[in-house]
This record gives sequence, C-alpha cells and structure tokens, in this order.
Amino acid sequence: MRVVIVGAGEVGRAIAHNLEEAHDVVVIDRDSTLVEDLTYSLDVLALQGDGTERETLEEAGVDRADLVIACTDHDEANVVVCGTAKTISDAFTIARVRQRTLLETWEGSQGAFGVDFMVCTDLLTARAITRITDLPATQDVDTFVGGLVRMAEFEIDAESPVAGSTVHEADQYDSLTFAGVFRGEEMIVATGDTVLQPGDRVVVIGSASAVTEFARDIVPATADNGNEIVIVGASEIGFQAAREFEEHGYQPRLIEQDSDRARTVAEKLPNTMVLESDATDVEFLAREHIDEADLVISALDGDEKNLLVSLLARRLGVGRTVAVIENLEYAELFETVGVDVAINPREETAEEIVRFTRADHTEKVAMLEHDRAEVIEFEVHNESVLAGTPIVEAVTDLPDGVVIGAISRRGKLITPRGGTVVQPGDHIVVFVDAAVLEDVIEAI
Amino acid sequence: MRRHLHVDWRAGLSLVGTLLALLSLAFVVPILVALIYGEADLWVFISSMAVTAGFGLLLRQLDSEPNPGAREAFLVVALTWLFAAIFGALPYILAGNGAIAHPINALFESMSGFTTTGATVMDDISFDTHSRSIMMWRQLTQWLGGMGIIVLAVAILSQMAVGGAQLMEAETPGPGVSKLTPHIAETARVLWIAYLALTVIYMALLYGLHLLGYAPNMDLYNAIAHGFTTLPTGGFSPEARSMEAFSPIVQWLVIPFMFAAGVNFVLWWHVISGDARTLLRDNEFRLYLGATSVLTIITTVVLFVSALETPETGQIGGNLERSARYAAFQIASLINSTGYANMDFDAWSGPAKGLLLFAMFIGGSAGSTGGGIKILRWLVILKSLRREMFTSIHPEAVRPVRMNGHVLDEDAIRGIYAFTLLYFVIFFVGVGLFAADAARVGLDLELLDVISASIATLGNIGPGLGEVTGPMGGYGEFPVTSKLLMIGLMWIGRLELFPVLVLLTKAYWTD
Repeated sequence: MRVVIVGAGEVGRAIAHNLEEAHDVVVIDRDSTLVEDLTYSLDVLALQGDGTERETLEEAGVDRADLVIACTDHDEANVVVCGTAKTISDAFTIARVRQRTLLETWEGSQGAFGVDFMVCTDLLTARAITRITDLPATQDVDTFVGGLVRMAEFEIDAESPVAGSTVHEADQYDSLTFAGVFRGEEMIVATGDTVLQPGDRVVVIGSASAVTEFARDIVPATADNGNEIVIVGASEIGFQAAREFEEHGYQPRLIEQDSDRARTVAEKLPNTMVLESDATDVEFLAREHIDEADLVISALDGDEKNLLVSLLARRLGVGRTVAVIENLEYAELFETVGVDVAINPREETAEEIVRFTRADHTEKVAMLEHDRAEVIEFEVHNESVLAGTPIVEAVTDLPDGVVIGAISRRGKLITPRGGTVVQPGDHIVVFVDAAVLEDVIEAI
Repeated sequence: MRRHLHVDWRAGLSLVGTLLALLSLAFVVPILVALIYGEADLWVFISSMAVTAGFGLLLRQLDSEPNPGAREAFLVVALTWLFAAIFGALPYILAGNGAIAHPINALFESMSGFTTTGATVMDDISFDTHSRSIMMWRQLTQWLGGMGIIVLAVAILSQMAVGGAQLMEAETPGPGVSKLTPHIAETARVLWIAYLALTVIYMALLYGLHLLGYAPNMDLYNAIAHGFTTLPTGGFSPEARSMEAFSPIVQWLVIPFMFAAGVNFVLWWHVISGDARTLLRDNEFRLYLGATSVLTIITTVVLFVSALETPETGQIGGNLERSARYAAFQIASLINSTGYANMDFDAWSGPAKGLLLFAMFIGGSAGSTGGGIKILRWLVILKSLRREMFTSIHPEAVRPVRMNGHVLDEDAIRGIYAFTLLYFVIFFVGVGLFAADAARVGLDLELLDVISASIATLGNIGPGLGEVTGPMGGYGEFPVTSKLLMIGLMWIGRLELFPVLVLLTKAYWTD
C-alpha cells in the first residue's frame, strides 16, 4: 500500500515509523531540516514541499496512493490537502484537526472537504481521559463499533449489591451482556447460573449507557462514586475533557489562571464550575476542598507543570490523578513518581490513524487479563457459521468459551439473545477464551 | 465661544412630521363611526385630521431628505409620542364634553391612551356625555400605541428602512430588537401581523359569545372597542364599570388574552408559524407564566378566606369560582399593566391589595405590549443575584449569566441594573412630588393613592389601589400640576426612560 503523509511533526513521524516496514511511505513537509532528518532516520521517501499544492502532491505520487494522511499542525492546511488529493486520486483521506467545530461540521456532512476520516487530536485525548475515569471501580474499558459498544471489566466488592447473586439476577439491563468472569486464576464463561462472588472480575459488553449504569449500581452506595472531578488548565484538552464530562452527566470543576480564557470557557460550559485561580495556591485549594476530589486531571501546557499539579494533588489526598504529557519519554517516569495515568495526545492520534492502515478497517481487538481472553469486533460474512441462524443453534457449531456480546446492524445496537438471527454485514463483538481463539476465528 | 448643536434636529423633526401625517390617517376610524351613528362629532375628527396632517406636512418641509442617525433616533421617538398625544387630544377638546374638554385633561387622556396606560380623568364614562366616535377614538389610541407607532411606521413607510432598527430599539420595550428577517420593515410587519391577528381573533370570540347569547352587553361596538384595548394592555373601556359590566364567561375569555398580550410577540409569531416549542422553552415566558400562576393561586386563597361581599357581585369569600375569577382577572390585568377591572378591587382586604401592588412591579415580557419593569429584567436580576451569592462563597468562580442558554453580556446586565434602579428612583421621586403637590392644594390622599399614582402612570398600568386612583375612581381629582407630572411619567415609562431622559442631558445636545 502506498501511503502519503503530509506533515512530519510528532504525529506524522509516529505514523511513518509504524508503517515504514510493511508499506511504501512518502512523507511531505515544508521544513527541509525535518525532511533531511527523516530521510536518514526512517525507511521512507521524504519530500520537501507544501502539501496543499497540487504539484507537490503529484510529485509524491498521490495518484497512485491508497491512503493520504494530513497531519500538519494547521487544521485548514490538512483539510485543503485532503480536498486537493481527492481531485487527483481515489485514495482514502485522513485529516487531523484540533478544532472540534471542524470535526462537528465534517460529522454533520460526511465526506465534506474530501475528508474520509477526521481525527480530532484534542477531542480524542479528552475522550481517552473520560473513558478511563468515567466508570468507577473499572479495571479496563474499551469501545467498539465506533463507540456504539462498550466493554468494561469490573471488580466485584464484598459490599456490592450484586455480590452473591447470579448473573440471571444481576442482569436487569436491556442492552448489556455478561461475557465472562475471572475468579483468581480461573476464567468462567458467564451463564445465567454463574454466581458473582466478591473478588470476581466481571466482563460486560453493551451500550455505553448500560455499562455506565451497571458500574454505578455495582459500586456500594456508601462510596463516593468518583463524581468529584477537577480539571486543572483550560487548554483545548482541558476544555474538551470538561465538555465530555458534562455530556456524561458530571459537573466538573475547571481551574484556569487566565481570566479571559476562564470567561471564554465558562461561557461555553454551562454545567462546569470554572474557577479563576492558580492551581498551586494551597489556600485556594483548601477553600475549594480540592483535596476531597476523586480525580484531578492536569491539562496545563507544559509537562513539568502537570507533574507539579499532580504531585500536589496526590499530597493533598486526591483519589486519582491523570496528567496530559506531551513528551512521550516522560510518561513512564511520571507514572513511577506517582501520577496514576499519563496520557499522550500524539500517541492517541497516531494509534487512531494507524488502525486505518490495517487490512480490515473495522477489526478491533482488546486483550483482557494478560491475554487470557480477548474481545474482538468483526464483520459477519456470508460463509460465517453465524450468518442466518439463531444464536442458540449457531453456538453449537462453535467451541465452548465464546459469548456474543453485542451486534451492530447498520449503526444500531442489537442486544443478542438466544433467538437473535445474525445477518451478513452485521458487526459483532465477541468475548473469546484465548484457548479457543483460533478455532473461533476460523469458524467465524 | 458658541458651540454647535450636534443633533440634526431638522432631520429629526422632518421625520416626526412624516410620522404625524401617517398617524392622521387613523382618524378615519372615528370618522366612520360618526358616519354610522350619524353623530355631530364628525366635524371634530375631520378638523383634527386636517390639523394633524397639515402640521405633519409642514414639519416635513424642514428637511427634504432627512437622514437621521442613532442620536436623532431618541429625538424622533420621544417627540413622535409627545406630538401623537398632543394631536390625539384635539378631538376631546373640540367635542367639548365633560371633564376631558379641559386641555390638560384632554392631554392626560390622550397620553394615557397612546402609552396604553388606561388611567382616566373622565368624570362620566357614558354615551350620554360622550359620543360613540369619541369613545372609539379613545379606544383606538391604545391599539395604535400598543405595538408602537414607530414599529407601525417602519412596517408601512419604505423610507424608514434605513435607521428603522435604531428607531424601533428606542421605542420597543425591553433590551434590543430581535430581527426576525433580514429586512427590518418585514420584522415590523411580522410583529404587526401577529398583533392584528390576535386582535381580530379576540374580537371575533367576544362577538361570538354575544351572538350565542352568553354576553348580552358585548355587542359589535363593545367587541371592537375592547379588542382595541386588550391586546395593547391598555385598559380603557367604554363601560364605566369596566369588565364588571360583562358576564362571567366574557371575563374568563378576557383573562387568557390579557395574559397573551404580556408575552413577547416574537414568540407569538413562532406559534402562528407552527412552532410552539420556542414559546415553551423561552426562559422569560416560563417565569411570566410561573409568576402569574403563583400570584393567582395565592390571591385566590386570600379572596376565598376573606369575607368579601359587594352589592354588585355578591358573596366572593367562600365561593371558589368567584375567588378564582376575580384573582385570575386582576392578577393578569395588573401584572402586565393592562388595567382592566372586573370589580372595584379597592374594596379588597389589605393582603389581597398587597398582592396586586406586588404584581404591578413585575411588568410584561420584553417585546410585548405590556409596561413596567419587565419580566426579562427581573429574570436577569434574579440570575445575577444568585451568581453574586455563589461567588461570595467561591470567590474564584467564573459564572456567566445565561438566558435561554445564551450567555448575556456583562454590559447588558449592568444596563438592566441601571434601568431598574433609575425606575425606582423616578417612582420614589414621583411619590414625593405627588404627596407635596396634594399637600400644597390641601387634597387629602391615602398613602396607597400617592404610591399608585406614581407606579400606575410610570408603569403604564392605569388604575391604582386607592380610593381616588382605584379602578372605579379617576385621576380627575389631582391638581393640574400633578396631572402634568403624570403625563410626563406615562411618556417616560412607555419609552423605557432613556429616550426621553437623554434629551434632558447637556451631553446629548452639545458633545
């Protein structure tokens, strides 16, 4: 596959590095130093030029390209690159943007600007933050079918209302499937009679709202369900994260030192309490009871500041700290000294884009408990044993250790039950015991 | 050194002349009434029309191509309303019947009409003293003043397209003009169409009740006359006993229309166009509905437990239908400054009158025909006060004030505080001046009379709560000086203080 990448910043480099072995990669950048550097450090063709110009794109062989990725630091330039590329080739185009409004315009009119897929860096990071922090007591979370289906793993506490009940009793949710239970070293495929014991880790698959609801229910009511969220810094990521939390029904607090910026974001965030202050002012932190927060997210510009804020929050006794880290090399260091989660926007972006370069665009895999089980998403083909038969009958042809967690038919979520008939073209999310993984993939 | 005037007063006056010439066409209505009833007052209106049109066309000569700017807008609006009141008073003087034949009284009645106040100095409201055409003119002035003379002019006169928005902003109640369409003339037309449509529907319903036999007194004349004064929240009635003269079913019908007159007409336009959700989602409408409902329920309870009984209406205390009807009617009438009465509420108990006085200070919605401080301002004040409380607990909190989900500019909030404070200052000054003036001539007034004379004229409400100013009384007893002050208050109140008051500042004329 021929891939043309416009923009040799950190995102562009990360993508190029990921693809250099298996594909023909051409990288375009205006900065000749970067181009020269790339020529020697990666096995790619690096060209100096402006990617918005037709001539440059033709020189890079866009007409023969299968994929064009525009990831410069300028939103408008990226959009123009895609639009131009579309006029000379049939390549799949991906644009990276920072402005969420641009993404919303594109989402509202698919195919606008000649962009086939748009990645909003800051929104992606904000979503990664909310995903990790949204669910209380979560061990692992992942989304499938473009966010329609969510998979989560929870630990059942002794005080939890569902502790001691069977899956059948606990299953009061319309669009939720109990996939499996990890008990110590054992892996149990969930059936209606499986008893949920304290200490079990249960894997559920379903709609985002059902999973969230389940998460709230299984955590004992006495515990504060992680509702007190403080975001430090109204950077684009901090702002988007606040917006994501608002959309999930939270009322976060956002601390921003610059008064104009504080006013601007306060106008845009009706359910967020915006505070104009220095987040390292200890008196202020005490007055606003920041120490009682369940989660502090530091999204300031500058890794050092984020580290400082996270360490301070930890010292105050905050439950969990998340820091946005620009420099990937710091991530491990930060997590060693006490930041619970370090998130790197560029890494998130590069991963999202790289997923599109895989052979099957829709396939997604999540590994659980060090690969003792996997959750896989795939599209059902005509030859599949599942196609055209009710699930009850189809599973007899499959090995034990498979649970169909969710079905997406033309963008709509269907909760699989015994009588559900899977149709070719459906996307299904299955939980599979690693031991039978190969057999399953073959059958499906 | 002589300083130049920085106001193009010639252009301003010329435009006022055009507007007066347009307004003179309104005399056609009473002329028709006089013709139908064969009344001698026909010549009164023909000469009034000729004088008004003549003066208007004369003023027009001052500037053949007037191009008034933002500053001239205040002059045009303030003077148009003043001249409208002056020329509107001519028929009363020329007809020469009753108390309103006196020039000051005539001006009072005319200003009260155009500003939709509804306060009267008439000593005898009956067709024995006044002709039907005079009474219809009195009703018509309210209808013309309701949606606004300027809005009407912008809708009709093509030459007002430029600068029309500024003129409308100076006249229309509430902060800012919301343009519904790119052309201001079309917006003005839309507002007048909504106004006209509601008026016609209302007249038809009133007359329909009469035809069905439910409203013996509501003949065609009365249906039209009351149609002219309900939607503009005016309150004049050709009946001496106001709405008391009509059957309970008519009174029940009037209540929703009085309420509707206090709603932003832009919202009615949306409803007429088939989009009722905009109305239900509107923050101001919700507060208006909520305030009206709560006040009505409390007043109903207060009336129900009272021992109120009058010779005309019988027992009210203990009778749920009557308590609810009188409470709903008077609250709907006073909250948005309509000023109709379906009984002499001066006879109500102290607590019940207290509730009515409270309602008078609320006002209608912005963009409605209602007067007063306006719900929108109260809403903004309540919201920003809540913010003050919040920020005193959390000093670092940044909290924009939102209206219908949109952030309000801090300058707009400051403007609303300034307006409300100024409103109260003028109200209190009015109270003091009325008291001093009454003392000067030895007139013994109740406290409620003095207070209501000020709020009822400034707020364009009409009837007050005292013996003199009450719904069955009249403002005729006040000395001439007080009446002149009231005329001023009505004028200032209708134009929302600033267009008139800035004319009194030196900065306006010289800067």
